[in-house]
Amino acid sequence: MLIKIPSTSDCKESDVTPESFYLSRRALLGGSLAGLAAGAMPRWASAADASLYPDVEAGKAPSWFAEKLPGTKWQAVNVKGEAITPYKDATHYNNFYEFGTDKGDPAQNAGSLKTEPWSVVIDGEVGKPGRYALEDFMKPYQLEERIYRLRCVEAWSMVIPWIGFPISELLKQVEPTSKAKYIRFETLQDPKSMPGQRSGFALIDWPYVEGLRLDEAMNPLAILAVGMYGRELPNQNGAPLRLIVPWKYGFKSVKSIVRISLVSEQPKTTWQSIAANEYGFYANVNPTVDHPRWTQARERRLPSGLFSPNVRPTEMFNGYGEEVASLYTGMDLRKDY
Amino acid sequence: MRYPFWRLGVFLAACVAPVLWLYQAWIFALGPDPGKVLVDRLGLGTLILLLITLAMTPLQRLTGWPGWIVVRRQLGLWCFAYVFMHMSAYAVFVLGLDWSQLGVELVKRPYIIVGALAFLCLLALAVTSNRYSQRRLGARWKKLHRLIYVILALGLLHMFWIVRADLKEWSLYAVIGVVLLSLRIPMIAGRIPRLIGKKNKLAGKAEIRG
Repeated sequence: MLIKIPSTSDCKESDVTPESFYLSRRALLGGSLAGLAAGAMPRWASAADASLYPDVEAGKAPSWFAEKLPGTKWQAVNVKGEAITPYKDATHYNNFYEFGTDKGDPAQNAGSLKTEPWSVVIDGEVGKPGRYALEDFMKPYQLEERIYRLRCVEAWSMVIPWIGFPISELLKQVEPTSKAKYIRFETLQDPKSMPGQRSGFALIDWPYVEGLRLDEAMNPLAILAVGMYGRELPNQNGAPLRLIVPWKYGFKSVKSIVRISLVSEQPKTTWQSIAANEYGFYANVNPTVDHPRWTQARERRLPSGLFSPNVRPTEMFNGYGEEVASLYTGMDLRKDY
Repeated sequence: MRYPFWRLGVFLAACVAPVLWLYQAWIFALGPDPGKVLVDRLGLGTLILLLITLAMTPLQRLTGWPGWIVVRRQLGLWCFAYVFMHMSAYAVFVLGLDWSQLGVELVKRPYIIVGALAFLCLLALAVTSNRYSQRRLGARWKKLHRLIYVILALGLLHMFWIVRADLKEWSLYAVIGVVLLSLRIPMIAGRIPRLIGKKNKLAGKAEIRG
């Protein structure tokens, strides 16, 4: 019998990048080329953009989205040397408690969410308050693709290509007054289409509320997203309009937004109200401040196989320190977690 | 051995679930984070088996069928097997076999302390589940094995601390647990009616006569 003793420098099978990741590097490259090509083509010719990424289910894009998509600035922000999470995983492993607490519940139940027509209320300390139909709300903005790491407070992470626009652009439109210090976001409350809101045992006081300090919202990395993987947002990912703040834990990035308010006081956010010792207002990704129930030093980058766990160290501000660390100079991030 | 097929059936039913889950995890049918799903399912499986084990004595009283008691020890041992797999899966898939981190988790996280305590109690019961220990411990054996009531309470607390947003599922298990425990209170236990056993015999006779 031949017994093979591997030398310590040999690669283990589990070290080898899965083929699907290896192949998706091409999709990325192809995607960028297609993006360039699409940009050069007349509008009508680029209807095939939805196939930028492999295995993406075609959705039923609202007409305002279909019209805007060809003008998208593809890969306006990218991540270096990291594979994009497969579309199937990004759309079937979700926390969206309005549709149930299991990771698979949102994909199963979010079909009942009606995203057209949709309107967004702008109120509070702004020069131009009002209720806007989503297609009017979106008119001023050019779409950009932002490929960001997403780090959940539960210690798993993904890499997702979002499509959206910077919140700073929105703030230019709505003209905050000098009293505005924070921005507050509210998710739809509709127990008829959201089974999680019908549960009598829910610990959450609906609707879901999140917020940012105004200077955080002005940071160029903070966006409002309307699409991902070259298509409109699937319902379970927070259609039709959601927040993305990549240097904060995922629960800050509120989904299916119906109301945006500029306020003078720090808003009472959902998770902070339930358990303030577990979830702070800032919720910046920080490997040195543990969640009381688990360590935040490491994360499972999904998909993480059973016998080849894809565990990696978590980076301060989820790796976006260069862009955002200056927002928090002089603050004790152990206290303001 | 009495009821060999019944025992075998219970054995197969209890071992099919983890084998199936492992296979599903292997083929990525449990989603992108199969390790976490396995840990959760094995934990919930332990709790459900604990409740089933605790239901055997009341069921025997209710129906008079000795088959319930025959599988009680086996079910108890399955509880231990599940919790052992739960902890192993936790060590491998969540901790990544980082034992220094285990020390930190054990000190810092109350739900892990409670879970570890329940595990140690179950270990004590599993080790003393044989006839030899029963003879050796005599009357103390029964007292020791009342630890299962404490284990159930610890297990429910462990789960309560993990649930974050919706208590519906937890409440269901807690209510069943409370009912099963209250059936042990002597005043209530004495009043459990014999629903099937004796009555059926009478009914059978009546039919023959009729």
